[in-house]
Amino acid sequence: MNLTLKVWRQNGPADSGRMVTYQVTDVSPDMSFLEMLDVLNERLILEGDDPVAFDHDCREGICGMCGMVINGVAHGEQRATTTCQLHMRHFEDGATITIEPWRAAPFPVVKDLVVDRSSFDRIIQAGGFISVPAGSAPDAHSVPVKKEDADDAFDAATCIGCGACVAACPNGSASLFTAAKITHLGLLPQGQPERDSRAVAMVEQMDLEGFGGCTNTGECTAVCPKGISLDVITQMNRDYLKAAK
Amino acid sequence: MAVTGAVLVLFLIGHMLGNLKIFLGAESFNSYAEWLRTVGEPAVPGRALLTITEIGLVAAVVLHMWSAVSLARRARRARPVKYAARRRSQAGGYVVHTMRYGGVVILLFVIWHLLDLTFGTVNPKGFHATPYDRVVAGFDPSRWWVTAFYIAALVMVGLHLRHGMWSAFQTLGLANGRRRHLLRGFAAGFAAVLVLGFLSVPIAVMIGVVK
Ligand code: HEM
Ligand code: SF4
Ligand code: FES
Repeated sequence: MNLTLKVWRQNGPADSGRMVTYQVTDVSPDMSFLEMLDVLNERLILEGDDPVAFDHDCREGICGMCGMVINGVAHGEQRATTTCQLHMRHFEDGATITIEPWRAAPFPVVKDLVVDRSSFDRIIQAGGFISVPAGSAPDAHSVPVKKEDADDAFDAATCIGCGACVAACPNGSASLFTAAKITHLGLLPQGQPERDSRAVAMVEQMDLEGFGGCTNTGECTAVCPKGISLDVITQMNRDYLKAAK
Repeated sequence: MAVTGAVLVLFLIGHMLGNLKIFLGAESFNSYAEWLRTVGEPAVPGRALLTITEIGLVAAVVLHMWSAVSLARRARRARPVKYAARRRSQAGGYVVHTMRYGGVVILLFVIWHLLDLTFGTVNPKGFHATPYDRVVAGFDPSRWWVTAFYIAALVMVGLHLRHGMWSAFQTLGLANGRRRHLLRGFAAGFAAVLVLGFLSVPIAVMIGVVK
């Protein structure tokens, strides 16, 4: 396959950045999107150019590092798929592909496609934890959990913190991420002691970081590589309203 | 947004049902309009309840707009650099992307509508005619463009409610799981009934069923 890439290049946080066009030839349809970028970067390095910086780690869809907006869609148009798990067979030979970083004020660009997602870490620090006495692992059945709650908590816990929800949201809201964490901990017995304070603290931190407000557009869940449902936002709103009462 | 929107929806229900009285004839419609002004008398002075309702509605509209503007401003600040590629909606709902400009269209409509049927400023019969005559004259076939504008604006109202109502349930933490689909369906059905109810009046006048 031969492709035309339009890639966002930005030397550093202070640079204003621009779209640069590259031709990539001899791409195998079995390559992942990141491998296709590797091909481009190897050539750029050989030519003495600066390779395109992008984040990645596991390349198996579980770490949440590889976020980029492909043809205007976070992680590309393939549903429930991270960029590293997106394969070139989903594109047509000769296609032009636009690649941009997540766009959100709380996700400043570090370089090219790499953004700083520390704002997510600070939301977690505000309340995304439980306080337990450390020690050896408790017996598996010592704390009973209802099956439905276990399922819902586990679904919410599959959020990998990639930030696609923010990138896709027309409001730049981080509600899906924050709500996934609040739901994951709030549904389990271990999360009860801090349930109220957690909801309030995490929502307040989310607003402090400069994310926008949720207007229930549903764009987040549509692009989420883990298919986190809007139900978590319902749960967050419930917990928040109950705690704020 | 949710709370002020709910107040406006309640008003729309009452207003739509009230409008349907026009099919019961001029007398019924006019005495209903009269009743709105005198309800509660003599326990409360004339027009007191109507004035209170009007103040409440204006407050709800202003707060609703204030919430919308601050959400839009937060959204703009949260994304200072726009995407170069055109973003297609992945959620498949076009309605939610009409809320902001749709709201502005509805506001312009309400202003026109008040000048038309409440104050009579832009109504052929003017302020001193009976409400019934104002409606019949306002939607006269020769003023088809007024009717067309009403229809367009009311469709906008319907779209606004279709997203707005389920969104309000979601904001209040009521729309989880299966209930979300029920509430979405309810919002769509409710919006359709409301719009059809409102539309029946101008259309009936235009085609001469009400004259
Ligand atoms: C096409 C359908 C509609 C018709 C025939 C209609 C008719 C009327 C009439 C005759 C009045 C004056 C009542 C009186 O003076 O006693 C009125 C007032 C009003 N209408 Fe409508 N209306 C329609 C749709 C709407 C919609 C969709 C909205 C809101 C988005 C709306 C908002 C208002 C408001 C705010 C008032 C003023 C209420 C007051 O002064 O107490 N109307 N309408
Ligand atoms: S909710 Fe989904 S899109 Fe958002 S950070 Fe978690 S995994 Fe990524
Ligand atoms: S590189 Fe880990 S999720 Fe893509």
